[in-house]
Amino acid sequence: MTTTNPDPTDALAGGIPVSAPVVLSTGTRGTRVLGIATIVSMAWLVAFGLGFSPADRDQREAVRILYMHVPTIWVAYMAFVVTALSSAMVLYLGRGGRPQPLGWDRLAGASAEAGTAFVAVTLVVGALWGRLTWGVFWQWDARLTTTALLFVTYIGYLAVRRLGGTHQQRAKRSAVIGLIAVLEIPLVHWSVKLWRSLHQEATVLNTAGDIKMDGLMLFSLFIGVIAFTLFYVWLMLHRTRVMAMEDALEDRGLDDALVARRLEGTI
Amino acid sequence: MSSPTTGTSTATTSGSPSFWRMCWLIASKDLRVERRSRVVTNQVLPFAGVTMVIFAFALDKETVLEQVAPGLIWLATMFSLLVLVQRAFGIEADDGALDALRVAGVDARAIFVGKALALSAQLLLLEAVLLVLAIVLYRQTVPAGGVVLLVTTLLTATCGLAAVGTLYGGLAAGIKGRETLLPLLTLPAVAPVLIGATRAVEAALGTVGAVVSDGWPWVGLLVVFAVAFGVGGALAFGPLVDE
Amino acid sequence: MEDAGFIIGSYVVVFAVVGLLTGWVLRSGRRLAKRTPDADKYWT
Repeated sequence: MTTTNPDPTDALAGGIPVSAPVVLSTGTRGTRVLGIATIVSMAWLVAFGLGFSPADRDQREAVRILYMHVPTIWVAYMAFVVTALSSAMVLYLGRGGRPQPLGWDRLAGASAEAGTAFVAVTLVVGALWGRLTWGVFWQWDARLTTTALLFVTYIGYLAVRRLGGTHQQRAKRSAVIGLIAVLEIPLVHWSVKLWRSLHQEATVLNTAGDIKMDGLMLFSLFIGVIAFTLFYVWLMLHRTRVMAMEDALEDRGLDDALVARRLEGTI
Repeated sequence: MSSPTTGTSTATTSGSPSFWRMCWLIASKDLRVERRSRVVTNQVLPFAGVTMVIFAFALDKETVLEQVAPGLIWLATMFSLLVLVQRAFGIEADDGALDALRVAGVDARAIFVGKALALSAQLLLLEAVLLVLAIVLYRQTVPAGGVVLLVTTLLTATCGLAAVGTLYGGLAAGIKGRETLLPLLTLPAVAPVLIGATRAVEAALGTVGAVVSDGWPWVGLLVVFAVAFGVGGALAFGPLVDE
Repeated sequence: MEDAGFIIGSYVVVFAVVGLLTGWVLRSGRRLAKRTPDADKYWT
């Protein structure tokens, strides 16, 4: 993955020579191992999900969609918990005027991106499953409504991250919004649950009923959770490294501009 | 253009105004600005009235309108909330007044509570007008047994809405050209209020066969929401607006 | 099996998104790594 670049003048920053980068990717041995593990478990998941696991008594083949649907929402929830914890770390370590810890900020952001993507996938795949089992793509029960609001809430979080300003400002702002989101979600969930429990006509389609699964089906689900968790960790490692480079380039760009301005003054 | 009062009438030479005094000063400043500019009465209330009218254009059946009237009241409130919050922070952003208050050492939590109080007052006026319009336009009636529930709902819902609006308004207004962020942040956050307040008003007015006792659990939800965002907002406001 | 379309479709959607995320992060990683000095790469 690495090549040496013999020409040092390739990378000049504001007139100051910087040696050409030798590391040309965000990959390390750790991520390569993780990547392989992810691919293997995904393949295993497909084999079990589409092949070895049996059809369900009630849902028949539609249950196979759940082997995708459940892991994706699981990863989304986990990702948002990570975002919340990272946000708390940002605020705790950056309290009282200390500089905000940007590593935790980047993890919060990367995790929220992954979480949002996975909630979107969950909603789409869930709609397909709903069409097969309930006959409708969507209905306003507690779980779906809360998931939809969860999605929009984190779209808002991602928008706040892109407001601009310094990395410190981004870190503090996003951390506060990230923690407020954690406050919002239970409130939304509670109000939606209360709402749907009082409207009995919605429970004709028993979406709250737990699906009984036999051993092999549960095993397939378990593989799915493992596979997607591995993917999530792999994605976090790479994405946070990319974000670190983006932040560094932005900082250097500012430094370059300052140096260039100063050089102008000396001519 | 107005400048905040300095509280010299009550502050002794020994110290600055107390927390609640400061909240009151900021709230009365906002309300005084409104009294002099009349933006809410001349623009926002008419806007709310217009939304109530155009709902009828979209929802053509009168029976449907009557059944969804409580929901329409709160929908109109939500949209007007966005406009009110833009206004509440627009007056600060224009002259950098918010920064000036912070630099002067005013407690961020006092700014939050003060502005939320002023916003609450404006919201209550708005909701009263919307209620009257609903009675007139959507043929709603207020049974005597539902009055207490109705008033309690209006008060608790307003507190929650004002808290969320002030919090996100502070964030969105601090950065030029970012007011478009406000609806995206606010509307999902106030979804519980929309759900709860509508159900409670339905119970108070007896819409769709709801009875008054149905409404009180929703008021409980509204109270929890108001407390959560009141406290959380006050704590978060400082870090959010300090740059 | 008339449900097959939906089931296959679900798997396709999921793996398409996984593939897109993978491609995106690896591509942006390579692109940025060319421009960023090694000193800023904390994983090396």
